[in-house]
Amino acid sequence: MDRALKLGVADGVFDAQTQRIEAREETVSLVVENMHCGACMSSIERCLKAISAVSEARVNLSARRASVTFDPDRVEVQALVDALGRAGFRAAEAVEASGDQDVARADDLLRRLGVAGFAAANVMLLSVSVWAGQASDMDKAAAALFHWLSALIAMPAIAYSAQPFFRSALEALKGRRLNMDVPISLGISLATIMSFYQTMRGTSHVYFDAAIMLTFFLLIGRYLDQRVRVRARGAAENLLGLKALGALVLDDDGTARRVSARALAPGMKVQVAAGERIPVDGRIVDGVTDVDASLITGETLPQAVGMGGVVHAGTVNLTRPVVVEATATDDSTLLAEIARLMQAAEQGRGQYVRLADRAARQYAPAVHVLGAATFIGWMIAGAGWELSLTHAIAVLIITCPCALALAVPAVQVTATSRLFGKGVILKAADGLERLAEVDTVVFDKTGTLTRGAPVLSNARDIDDATLAEAASLAIASRHPYSKAVLMAAEARGLDVRPAEGVSEVPGSGLSAATASGERRLGSASWVEGVAGLHSGTGSLWYGVAGQAPVAFHFDDAVRSDAPDVVANLLRAGYGVYLISGDREETVRRVAHEVGIEDWQGAVRPDGKIAVLDALKASGRKVLMVGDGLNDAPALAAAHASLSPSTAADISQTAADAVFQGEDLGPVVESIKVARASQGMAIENFAIALAYNAVSVPMAMAGHVTPLIAALAMSLSSIAVTLNALRLKTARLRLSSVGGRR
Amino acid sequence: MTALAWLIPCALALGAVGLVAFIWALNSGQFQDLEGSGWRAISDDEDDKPQS
Repeated sequence: MDRALKLGVADGVFDAQTQRIEAREETVSLVVENMHCGACMSSIERCLKAISAVSEARVNLSARRASVTFDPDRVEVQALVDALGRAGFRAAEAVEASGDQDVARADDLLRRLGVAGFAAANVMLLSVSVWAGQASDMDKAAAALFHWLSALIAMPAIAYSAQPFFRSALEALKGRRLNMDVPISLGISLATIMSFYQTMRGTSHVYFDAAIMLTFFLLIGRYLDQRVRVRARGAAENLLGLKALGALVLDDDGTARRVSARALAPGMKVQVAAGERIPVDGRIVDGVTDVDASLITGETLPQAVGMGGVVHAGTVNLTRPVVVEATATDDSTLLAEIARLMQAAEQGRGQYVRLADRAARQYAPAVHVLGAATFIGWMIAGAGWELSLTHAIAVLIITCPCALALAVPAVQVTATSRLFGKGVILKAADGLERLAEVDTVVFDKTGTLTRGAPVLSNARDIDDATLAEAASLAIASRHPYSKAVLMAAEARGLDVRPAEGVSEVPGSGLSAATASGERRLGSASWVEGVAGLHSGTGSLWYGVAGQAPVAFHFDDAVRSDAPDVVANLLRAGYGVYLISGDREETVRRVAHEVGIEDWQGAVRPDGKIAVLDALKASGRKVLMVGDGLNDAPALAAAHASLSPSTAADISQTAADAVFQGEDLGPVVESIKVARASQGMAIENFAIALAYNAVSVPMAMAGHVTPLIAALAMSLSSIAVTLNALRLKTARLRLSSVGGRR
Repeated sequence: MTALAWLIPCALALGAVGLVAFIWALNSGQFQDLEGSGWRAISDDEDDKPQS
């Protein structure tokens, strides 16, 4: 992206040789929110390339971005965004990419990983030959040759590939701390130096294979970690991209001028066209419209907003142009606040110490002490420094990699695949561990406990003909209620044809003029005008002139197993809360329906974090289950988090795991598997410790040759892996937690 | 031993070729968009080169 930008600038300069001015070119990066597959990818590229001023369009699906090279004199960025909007994609200009550094670091790790992999494979080949040779009758000269070759391959490779560990270890030592990288670096470098020395002397105590393999496997972990970080950063930036970049400001004398979002100040009056994102937080001073506020409140229904109504930056003005007087702009808007909350929450969680790391903290000093003791012991025994050091290195190597490196990952892999089979995709590497510690579950309402889409609840009271007619109007609208009417009609097998001449009136409904009079589908006051309705209570009315209007009621259905899941959790002693941005009475109804006693409605994103903080302060470990963009900061702030697969992109990124399907059952399943895997990890540590209890004394006693070390290591690895595999088929129960309620 | 004199350089050279290919792929940006590349391979559009 960066290179493309530079090229674009270079193309734009005066070309001295040909004495002509080339077309100016500029490259922008557009965030495209709803891009999911190859089909989206090619239609976005085709859509952008269809604009004549665009010379190059390239989509990056992983980053959900499109990089576009175009002529800024002939087309504005907004026009590109609009073109995508017409094709059905929500796009926005990306803010400057500060994540480039992270991407570069991931690439750097990948390069080192490649080098380490190449070296490890070749050194292993040579080592296996030597091991086999020890069992048969390989002559000394051949073994020496193989050792020299190993040295030739492994030493430069280690010097290059292991740098991230060396650097991290140095930093830790400078800060007078010990981290896992210290024994790793010590083990790797001592083993390499000592092996080289032994190679020169022509003995068989050569450990290049162990050193390079260790480097290789550890780099895999580092690289995967870094990739996750790049993704998370990208998602936060994409969120900031959602804010409008420019705005049409109305001056007091009535003239309109285009200014950038940064130049907006409170008190300015901003004209927002239909379909545009609102650039500021403010009040409506002219006009009536519907606003899609799902970004802020999580509420999926468009809200009708009139004079004096409050709107937020980042929400979309759906139906009619309005004038908004700004009360907060740019960095002080609620949207910017959400982005800030998320970043802060992510950082807070970054300080979580994983089980393996915690074990390493206890373990690293022990390894060093044992290594040092071996060295000193052999020196006292009069073995000379070479032999003593060789034995000490054997201790470092035999303890280090297998015991800790495999115990937890093996469990994680089986747990992840078991969860995957149940429709849960685990994203955070330490998510399982945090999930296992949870004792309180906080649910969001819309889209989490409920399905997030309204369904027609009184379909039985409506006859076929009326439903078909209403659906023929509804087909013209994208309002969720209209969709629900259409769905109900289709579910009944009615033949729905679009009515002719349907017009949509914002905030009111749909109408069509027919020979028998006007037909309307919409709010009570709107249908009143044609069908003489008085004080209707339906969510939507269908009226034909001269006939009694028909009410349509809607319900956001609770997920069918939600009451079971809640009951299950409560029985096991979990604290269960419902916290939603929705209206109090709706929240109360849903809470009652699923059996949650502690609920709170009309909570804003920062309010959710405050609730989580209060729970945290009282010693609770909270699992947050939510889907809306307004839940994203809370998801990041909670001890662990889950999101349904229908959730906003940013929420899925913030969550530790994403679950699919209509059921809420995966929430309980995730907790069960997490807790089982925690137990399994501890068992594996026990196995690893048992292995060390046998092998370390042997190594200290100086009885470990490379062949024995290799055999012992693989045996312990196999034992740990087999143990972890039990998790795949085990029957799990939700065991009770603390019982503090 | 004579077989080894041939085989070992061969093995190393093949490994090195793989490594060079990998670094080339990395530098030419083929790991920039792992999700997208998979889709590009099966799409009918001409453009299946990595993003530079």
